[in-house]
Amino acid sequence: MTGATRAEYCVIACAEAWRGDGEVLASPMGLIPSLGARLARLTFAPDLLLTDGEALLVRPDGTAEGWLPYRQHLALVTGGRRHVMMGASQIDRFGNQNISCIGDWERPRRQLLGVRGAPVNTLNNPTSYWVPRHSRRVFVERVDMVCGVGYDHAAGARHHRIPRVVSDLGVFDFATADHSMRPASLHPGVTMEQVREATGFELAVPDEVPPTREPTAEELRLIREVLDPAGTRTREVAS
Amino acid sequence: MSDKTMTADEVVSRLSSGMTLGIGGWGSRRKPMALVRALLRSEVTDLTVVSYGGPDVGMLAAAGRIRKLVTAFVTLDSIPLEPHYRAARERGAFALTEIDEAMFMWGLHAAANRLPFLPVRAGIGSDVMRVNPGLRTVTSPYGDGETFVAMPALRLDAALVHMNRADRLGNGQYLGPDPYFDDLFCEAADTAYVSCERIVDTAELTKAAAPQTLLVKRHTVTGVVEAPGGAHFTSCAPDYGRDEAFQKTYATTPWPQFAARFLAGDEQAYRSAVGEGT
Repeated sequence: MTGATRAEYCVIACAEAWRGDGEVLASPMGLIPSLGARLARLTFAPDLLLTDGEALLVRPDGTAEGWLPYRQHLALVTGGRRHVMMGASQIDRFGNQNISCIGDWERPRRQLLGVRGAPVNTLNNPTSYWVPRHSRRVFVERVDMVCGVGYDHAAGARHHRIPRVVSDLGVFDFATADHSMRPASLHPGVTMEQVREATGFELAVPDEVPPTREPTAEELRLIREVLDPAGTRTREVAS
Repeated sequence: MSDKTMTADEVVSRLSSGMTLGIGGWGSRRKPMALVRALLRSEVTDLTVVSYGGPDVGMLAAAGRIRKLVTAFVTLDSIPLEPHYRAARERGAFALTEIDEAMFMWGLHAAANRLPFLPVRAGIGSDVMRVNPGLRTVTSPYGDGETFVAMPALRLDAALVHMNRADRLGNGQYLGPDPYFDDLFCEAADTAYVSCERIVDTAELTKAAAPQTLLVKRHTVTGVVEAPGGAHFTSCAPDYGRDEAFQKTYATTPWPQFAARFLAGDEQAYRSAVGEGT
């Protein structure tokens, strides 16, 4: 089995977010992050905890193994034993994220979800992000409303960490001197020019940016035959 | 012991314009919609609504009943953005206190515990601080010296929640997977009204269910309403799931048309209108 699709590279890139996390709750938001979390759990991160999206902790096959209603979930966040991958309507150079509204908060041009748990997530447990369509509308110079806290607003936040941002073009992190965003890997077939074109701020580009790693044959089989046989992943990222 | 049963309209007759009203459930899950519909039939307005928002907020906002909303989000879950809420917010129809989900929870805990605030590690560094200039911080008096948001108590004049079962005294039972924060809403409120799918004898409550399903205690409850289908079209597991088809109709129908077609009459008329198909 070869010839991984873009969506499948994205699943791998999301799964990798949870590598080495140990026995913590993986909280993926969005379809491809959910596939990634379950893939990680089935392969290289077997200790991860997963939820059913409601109040149960479940094994990858859906068997319940625990109870996690919202109030316990919020307590788990502040305990830090969780790594969430949230969406982002806007994200900036330092990882500030917005899911609240577009335009002036007082009278928004587009009302979105609201801050949800982004403020508590970013101050308490590792928070990664998933952007299915990398564009200048999402990767902006400055977000309209800081929901998830970025590195330039995190002074004194002792549990703040943004391990990675995964988009349909590549993987990005903040492993630079000033914690500004840099490309960590590009999905095969993507050029740095394409990424620059689709990003509304200057990325800190290292001399060499590796490609996102290839899925193994077993990972591809799990994605295609076990986790997403209906191919719903292509609805989030076209192949 | 007092029988607290009443009708939804009697509940609403005890509410008044200008009140701070907490609404239980979460998103489009176990919302006290029959009570919200009764509220929409009344003249009560100018409300401060405190809710993990779903269609309860969408409807009250669309109908112009909200002066101020306190929330972390408004969503229909399967339809991520609540269209009627969005429209009202984009036309500047009400004031907004936008706080984080955990800040909201600790605000309810503070109110329930008669504390003026509780420290929360959330909000600092985010624009929650910018859009809520009244929020204050507090620094740990111990060696760590960390600074937190001092989340003020979310004290409520009244709370509305929906349970699967209740007895006539106000003991409320949830049978689904998540209690949400309904007991906290009742404890944070001066008066609390519980609607339920079915009122049963007290002894019936624990015949087939574990005692920890008894979520809401009667000393926190003012009135009990039997309202079968009272969470419709939101979910009320295990009695019924979300009515996705009807929720879609709600989300895609302009508010004046939706209100005229489904909310012009009483709860019986609502159920008939829903039954006539969408």
